[in-house]
Amino acid sequence: MAVTLSERAAKHVANYITKRGKGVGLRLGVRTSGCSGMAYKLEFADEIGADDVTFESHGVTILIDPKSLPYLEGTELDYAREGLNEGFKFNNPNVKDQCGCGESFNV
Amino acid sequence: MALLQIAEPGESAAPHEHKLAVGIDLGTTNSLVATVRSGLTVVLNDELGRPLLPSVVRYGKAGEVEVGYEAQRQQSVDARNTIVSVKRFMGRGKADIANLEAIPYDFVEAPGMVRLRTDAGEKSPVEVSAEILKALRARAEASLGGDLVGAVITVPAYFDDAQRQATKDAAKLAGLNVLRLLNEPTAAAIAYGLDNGSEGVYAVYDLGGGTFDISILHLSKGIFEVLATGGDSALGGDDFDHRIYCWILQESKLSPLSSGDARLLLTRAREAKEYLTFHGEAPISARLSTGEMVDLTLTTQIFNDITQTLTMKTLQAVKKALRDAGMTSSDIKGVVMVGGATRMPQIQRAVGEFFKREPLNNLDPDKVVAIGAAMQANLLAGNRAAGDDWLLLDVIPLSLGLETMGGLVEKVIPRNSTIPAARAQEFTTFKDGQTAMAVHVVQGERELVSDCRSLARFELRGIPPMVAGAARIRVTFQVDADGLLSVAAREQTTGVEASITVKPSYGLSDDEVASMLKDSMEHAKDDAFRRALKEAQVEAERLIEAVRAALVSDGELLSPEEKARVEAAITKLHSTALGENRRHITLAMDDLEAETKDFAARRMDKSIRRAFAGKTVDEIEQTTKENQA
Repeated sequence: MAVTLSERAAKHVANYITKRGKGVGLRLGVRTSGCSGMAYKLEFADEIGADDVTFESHGVTILIDPKSLPYLEGTELDYAREGLNEGFKFNNPNVKDQCGCGESFNV
Repeated sequence: MALLQIAEPGESAAPHEHKLAVGIDLGTTNSLVATVRSGLTVVLNDELGRPLLPSVVRYGKAGEVEVGYEAQRQQSVDARNTIVSVKRFMGRGKADIANLEAIPYDFVEAPGMVRLRTDAGEKSPVEVSAEILKALRARAEASLGGDLVGAVITVPAYFDDAQRQATKDAAKLAGLNVLRLLNEPTAAAIAYGLDNGSEGVYAVYDLGGGTFDISILHLSKGIFEVLATGGDSALGGDDFDHRIYCWILQESKLSPLSSGDARLLLTRAREAKEYLTFHGEAPISARLSTGEMVDLTLTTQIFNDITQTLTMKTLQAVKKALRDAGMTSSDIKGVVMVGGATRMPQIQRAVGEFFKREPLNNLDPDKVVAIGAAMQANLLAGNRAAGDDWLLLDVIPLSLGLETMGGLVEKVIPRNSTIPAARAQEFTTFKDGQTAMAVHVVQGERELVSDCRSLARFELRGIPPMVAGAARIRVTFQVDADGLLSVAAREQTTGVEASITVKPSYGLSDDEVASMLKDSMEHAKDDAFRRALKEAQVEAERLIEAVRAALVSDGELLSPEEKARVEAAITKLHSTALGENRRHITLAMDDLEAETKDFAARRMDKSIRRAFAGKTVDEIEQTTKENQA
């Protein structure tokens, strides 16, 4: 299953990459840490690793390392606004429960 | 669900450990807060999408506080309790404030800084500024969804220590951790990326609402140095509005106006000024409370003519600052425009002609200082990308450390650390029953104290008598943004404390720093050898000390022959330690340790017997169980 960006998220990512002046895409990942098991990784990518799995979504390249992929399959990354706060949000169908803030999760 | 931002490769924060940092432009007229979000520096708006927060605070009778636009609206009806331009009073005594009579506040002389009497009681400028900072902090935390780790706050380059300290105090009161204070012109230069590789002299022309500042900066090796500052604390965009206002009165032949009408016309004047930035002429129309109508057209030409003297006044200040810096306009590599009033085309043109170069103006002049501060805050909070070539700003030129046994230097803050910096390290006592410790603060790169520069000495007294190595003494080195070093030593169990403040860069020229660095490189190998030797010598001495203490307390556990062998090993180690052969010292230490192995075992038995003496097995079991419970 693919990992995608919402149109709104893609627009923001493309804008950030342009302003940053470099980067081949957006790296998503998970790592084990945090209060409830796993934590998301959301980074600019300057190169595509040999093992990386890539997806194209609304013109943005998404890179995921193979270890993280099972935890992220089917995820859509959205961009949301909550009051004054705004930022990216993982809509991940694999998540069973997460900590109150949603920064870490379990599958 | 938390909202995430994109990090630099490899820099993703652990959950709940996002290092949220902001830059704050704490202005005389308006304040702003900015941050770096997904690699992009943005100014944070309020709920209504407005980036600016008027630097106005109003105190009500019931102790309620209004900040920003709300407070500003009350300015004309409740002038005494509505504090505007509080920045002018920061760190100032009554005597320092110009035109005191013309300011509608009830000033109270207080030691160090004036205070203002309001309906909510006496307020110091620090408290008033803290209200502004609190409002910005609340906006930032709402926008970023978490607590801030710190903020960079900008101050005018000419602010003295008292004014800088007052600004820091205000931040503390507002619950903000100040990563550092940054000079406003330096922040503007950072926003334009001048720190990335461009060396040379730059001018920062800052025409705000009510103040004009010109700064001449020298940038070299990533460090900005302020060469000269100048300006006029009573000249700004408002004066341009006022000129238009006077022109309206003159053209319309209006008699003295009610204060409401005067405010209306001043607003129209400001609108006309802003309109002229993008148009050749501006219509001005208003209906006054007297029924009189104002209907005029202000052309760019007229506007330029009536404000010519104001424009010239700023250039006079620029010339003076250049002269103070020992520069001419042709030495200037770039001019940065800051402040909303620099949008006026006649200002852009006058500055361009004066320096014979196009000023840098593609960033929003109202936001440029906050943006530079946010970039600096992001860096200081530790969010930098790997390999990013960042502004060093102020760094510690030589390592700071202290003397340990044997005349060795333990470096606590390494050279080239950016300031402010704070490091702590734990030390212990060397001898049994030692109750005092001398702290000798030194500066330099060499391994031996005798090759470094001594900065200060102080003593920590009142350490409770303990066996050597049991005391825990935490020594904290702190260098603040102004280069002030304070060293504090604290014994952890009793809390006894001693401290000292020194200015490390005092009296060291660049040449001296350079030669100290060169020495350290030339002697690196030699120093490493001597350090290792010294360490072995200290270790040997410590061992001898420990064995001697044991002989005194438990000497009866040894037979005379055994005792003689231990004594001999001590003597041998002692004489070897005086020499310079590290291997021999280590061997002699091994010998002594071998000789005392049985002794140590017997002492252990003895102390266990002593602990259990006079108790039955049941009792012992009982205590053990209790301990486990």
